[in-house]
Amino acid sequence: MGNVLKYKLKAAFSAVVLLLAAPPAHAAGLPQLDVEKFPPQLIWLVITFTALYLLMSKIALPRISQVLEERQHRIEDSLKKAETLKGEAEAAREAYESALTNARAEAHTVMLETHNRITADAASRQADLSARLESEIKAAEAGIGEAKDLAMGSLAEVAADVVMAMTEKLTGDAISEKDIAGAIDAAMEGRS
Amino acid sequence: MANPLAQFEIKTLVPIQLGSVDASLTNSGLFMVTTVAAITIFLTLGIRSRNVVPGRWQSMAELSYEFIAGMIRDNVGSEGRKYFPFIFSLFMFILFANLIGLIPYSFTFTSHIIVTFAMALFVFLGVTVIAIARHKMHFFSFFLPKGVPMVMAPILVPIEVLSYLSRPISLSIRLFANMMAGHTMMKVFAGFVIPLGIFGGWAPLGVDIALTAFEFLVAFLQAYVFTVLTCLYLNDAINLH
Repeated sequence: MGNVLKYKLKAAFSAVVLLLAAPPAHAAGLPQLDVEKFPPQLIWLVITFTALYLLMSKIALPRISQVLEERQHRIEDSLKKAETLKGEAEAAREAYESALTNARAEAHTVMLETHNRITADAASRQADLSARLESEIKAAEAGIGEAKDLAMGSLAEVAADVVMAMTEKLTGDAISEKDIAGAIDAAMEGRS
Repeated sequence: MANPLAQFEIKTLVPIQLGSVDASLTNSGLFMVTTVAAITIFLTLGIRSRNVVPGRWQSMAELSYEFIAGMIRDNVGSEGRKYFPFIFSLFMFILFANLIGLIPYSFTFTSHIIVTFAMALFVFLGVTVIAIARHKMHFFSFFLPKGVPMVMAPILVPIEVLSYLSRPISLSIRLFANMMAGHTMMKVFAGFVIPLGIFGGWAPLGVDIALTAFEFLVAFLQAYVFTVLTCLYLNDAINLH
């Protein structure tokens, strides 16, 4: 019996030793409620958060806001420039269009002038030509009239010759030239 | 199975004693320093090239700036401009602490009530000081909503005062409890991967992966909630009702 009690005591003792040797967290419950560990956490929280606040407010945030502002300015500048360029392009387009209109009007005038000049030229040439033709026709007609008169004049003579020769052959007598001429003249009068 | 609460233990790394106060650098303190360094590197190196057309990293730095600037503009208004560096620091501090805490074997100092309560108390006191400095005695009209009959005042005023005083508590417990519960859950399910994997195959591992993804959401969401509530309290202080 004594031995059993001795063993039991020994076992109980070693159990107590094991419990005491175990990590304190197992014995103390939640590590979050270990009040002894509060001060170092709070002190380091104050140190690190103050450092973070200073780093953010003095260095990091001004840099970021500067970059953002620069970008904003850049965008605004670009927009402004685009606006100006657009205005310039508009002006150039208007200038081009007015130039085009002017050129069209000018071309039209030149065309009209040329047309008029050519027409006038052609008309004057036509007039010249017809005048020349007229005079030539007149000259030709005059020539023809002369030739006709000449021919008509010699006709009586030829007829007298023919009549004289014929009567000489037919009758053997010669008729006086004066009679023949009178007869021919009378005949021609009657015909014409 | 490892104790799921062991990950929250504070371990002294460099013992420092300031008089009778223990100012040792602990794993918690080390991760606070790491968080501040990570935020500073993330922002200053991200913005260093100052590109007009930002790259991915610069976009993220600018995005975090504009996110908080927009939050203050929407919730506080133009008067909140001067508190921007503080709100920004607060958001980044909690967000990076939560995210760095998700790296295996690291430490999440936002899972400690004393840290979150200190931050919440600072916000609460700061906001109250701003409100009193701005509105003097008029500040106390905050506890009696407009248009309420005077008969109701004896009931309403204590309720309003109580709800005002409980702000730092709810603010700190929300963050602390979310982080602690999430990390404990991940640890518990991680402990199931081998023992239950024998029966469930890949399922326990899948659950732990899903939980990890969920924790990333929680890490961001809790930082956002803490910051938004700070903004709303600041708005109350500046504009009263």
